Amino acid sequence: MPSTVQTSKGAAQGRPEGGGFTDRFSMRTKRLFWVWTFLALPVLFYSVIRFYPTIDAFRLSLTDWNLMNKPKFIGFENYAKLFSDPKFWQVFRNTFAYLILGTPISLLISFTVAFALDRIRFGHSFIRALYFLPFLTTAAAMAWVWRWFYQPAPIGVINDLLSSFGLMQQPFLRSTSQALPSIMVTAIWAGLGFQIIIFMAGLRAIPSTFYEAARIDGLGEWAILKKITLPLLKPTTIFLVVMSSIGFLRIFDQVYNMTTNDPGGPLGSTKPLVLMIYQSAFSSYQMGYAAAQTVVLFLILLAISLLQLWILRDKK
Amino acid sequence: MTDTDRQEALSRYRIKIQPGRILIWTLLFIGGIVMITPLLFMFSTSLKPASDVYDLRLIPAHPTLSNYVAVLTSTGFVRWFFNSMLVAVSVTCSNVFFDSLVGYTLAKFRFRGRRFIFLAILSTLMIPTEMLVIPWYLMSANFGWLDTYWGIMFPGMMTGFGTFLMRQFFEGVPDDFMEAARVDGMNEFVIWWKIAMPLVAPALSALAIFTFLGNWTAFFWPLIVTTSSELYTLPVGLSSFAVEAAIQWEMIMTGAALATIPTLLVFLLFQRYIVRGVMLAGVKG
Repeated sequence: MPSTVQTSKGAAQGRPEGGGFTDRFSMRTKRLFWVWTFLALPVLFYSVIRFYPTIDAFRLSLTDWNLMNKPKFIGFENYAKLFSDPKFWQVFRNTFAYLILGTPISLLISFTVAFALDRIRFGHSFIRALYFLPFLTTAAAMAWVWRWFYQPAPIGVINDLLSSFGLMQQPFLRSTSQALPSIMVTAIWAGLGFQIIIFMAGLRAIPSTFYEAARIDGLGEWAILKKITLPLLKPTTIFLVVMSSIGFLRIFDQVYNMTTNDPGGPLGSTKPLVLMIYQSAFSSYQMGYAAAQTVVLFLILLAISLLQLWILRDKK
Repeated sequence: MTDTDRQEALSRYRIKIQPGRILIWTLLFIGGIVMITPLLFMFSTSLKPASDVYDLRLIPAHPTLSNYVAVLTSTGFVRWFFNSMLVAVSVTCSNVFFDSLVGYTLAKFRFRGRRFIFLAILSTLMIPTEMLVIPWYLMSANFGWLDTYWGIMFPGMMTGFGTFLMRQFFEGVPDDFMEAARVDGMNEFVIWWKIAMPLVAPALSALAIFTFLGNWTAFFWPLIVTTSSELYTLPVGLSSFAVEAAIQWEMIMTGAALATIPTLLVFLLFQRYIVRGVMLAGVKG
C-alpha cells in the first residue's frame, strides 16, 4: 500500500499553497487522501482474510501436513491420492446427486408456486409468508425436526402417517438409497421461500403490455407461458439455477446434523464434499489432503460460475 | 397492510371470482400449510410433556412450558443465544459500515486503482468459504483467536457481496447531493455518513437483513473455531445439545423452537421490508 503514504503526503504538501489552480489541485489530493483513508482497512482486510488464505489453500494442497510434523512439499500427490480414492468418487457422486436432483425439483416447485401466487390477490401476503417462513429458519435446528419426522413408526411423523393410511413403513435415514433424498428434501424445503420471492420479482418485472399484446393476438394461457413468460424469465431462472446449484454443492449443515451418529452415513451414502473436507481437516488432521479437496470444490464452483457468465453473454 | 389493500382494490376491477381461481387458491393454501408443518410440529411437541411425545396430535393434550424451563435453565442455551446475538449484531454493523463505505468510494470517486480494487473485491465472490477455513483455522491458531468471539466473527467482517450490492445502489445516487455538501465545506466522511447513507436506506436494510440472517444461522465456521461450550453459537450449541439429548425429542424440539423464534418474530414485524430486501438483493446482487 505505498500509494496511501504517497497521497497523504501529497495532501500535506498541497495544503499550504494558495491560488486558484493549486486550490483545485489540493482539492483533488485531498479527495485522494479520503479515498485511501476509506479504503485502508478494507484493503488490509481483503489482503489478509481473503487473498492470502486463498493462496495459502493452494500452497497447503501441495503439502503433507498433520499439524504435528513440518509441512512437507509433495507436489500433486494429494490430488493423485484423492482421484484414486474410491471414497472420494462416492462423495463426488453424492454431491452431484444433491445438485442434479435438488436443483430441478426445487426450481420446478418454486416457479409453479410463484406463478400461481402471482395471480392470487386474496390473502396474498399471508400465503406468501407460509412459503417464505422456512427460509428464515436455522438449517442446523430444522435438520433435527426433519430427523424426528423420518424416525420409524411410533415416533416419526411421516411413518405414522403412512401406517395410518395402511402404507408400508419407510426406513428413510436408515437406508443407503433413501437417506440422500430424505436429506435433500430438507434442503429443498428450506430454500423454496427464497426462490419463490425471486421468481415473483422476475414475474413482476415483465411489462403487462406484453401480455395484453399476446391476448389481442389470441394466444392461450399455455402459449403465453411458453412464448413470453419463460423466455423473459430466463435471466432470473439462470440466476436461481446457479444459486441453487452452488447451495447444493456446498451442502453440509443438514447432512452433519441428520447423521450425527455416523456422519455422512449410512455407509457414506449421504456424505457430500464439504463433510469430507471437514472430516479430513478436523477429525483426522490431514491438512494438506483436506486443502486439496477444497481446491477441487473451488474448481467445480468456478466452472459453474463461468458457465453462467457464458450463458448470459450468449443471450445478449 | 396497505399492500393487501392495494391488491384487493386491484382485484375488484381486474378479476371476477372464477372456480379455477378458487382451486388454485386452495392448492396454494394447502401447499403453504405443508410448508409450515415442520414448524407447527416443532412448536407443538415443544409444549408437550415427555409422556405425550408419541401422541402426534398437533394441539397438545397437556400443554406445558416445562421443556422451555428445563432447556433454558439446565443447558447453555441462554449463553449460546447471547453469543449468537453478539456475533450476528457485530458482524452486521461491521458490514453495514464497511461494505457501504467501500461501495460508496468505488462508486463515487475517480482514482487510480479503482477498477483494480473493484475487480479484486468482486473476485472474492468466486472463492468459497470452505476453501478458506483451513488457512483461517491455522491463522486463528497462530494469533490465539481459536475459541474467541473475534475468531467467530473475523471472516465475515466485510463481504464482497455487500460491497457489490452497495456500489450498485450508490451508483444511482446523483452527484449533485455530494457536490452541494462539498461547497458547504463538509468533509468527505460526513458527506458519506450524513448525505449519501440515508439515500440508500432500503439497500442498507436489505444488506443488514441478509448479513444478520446469514450469521444467525451460520454453522460451519463456528463449529470449527469454537471448542468450549461457553463460546458456542446457537446452531452449534443446539447441535451438541441434540446429540446429548439423544431421543428426548421434546427437548430437541424446544431447542429448535428457541433458535427459530427470534427470526420468526423479526419476520412477523418486518415482513414487507424483509421480502422487499430479499427481492432487492436478489435482483441487484
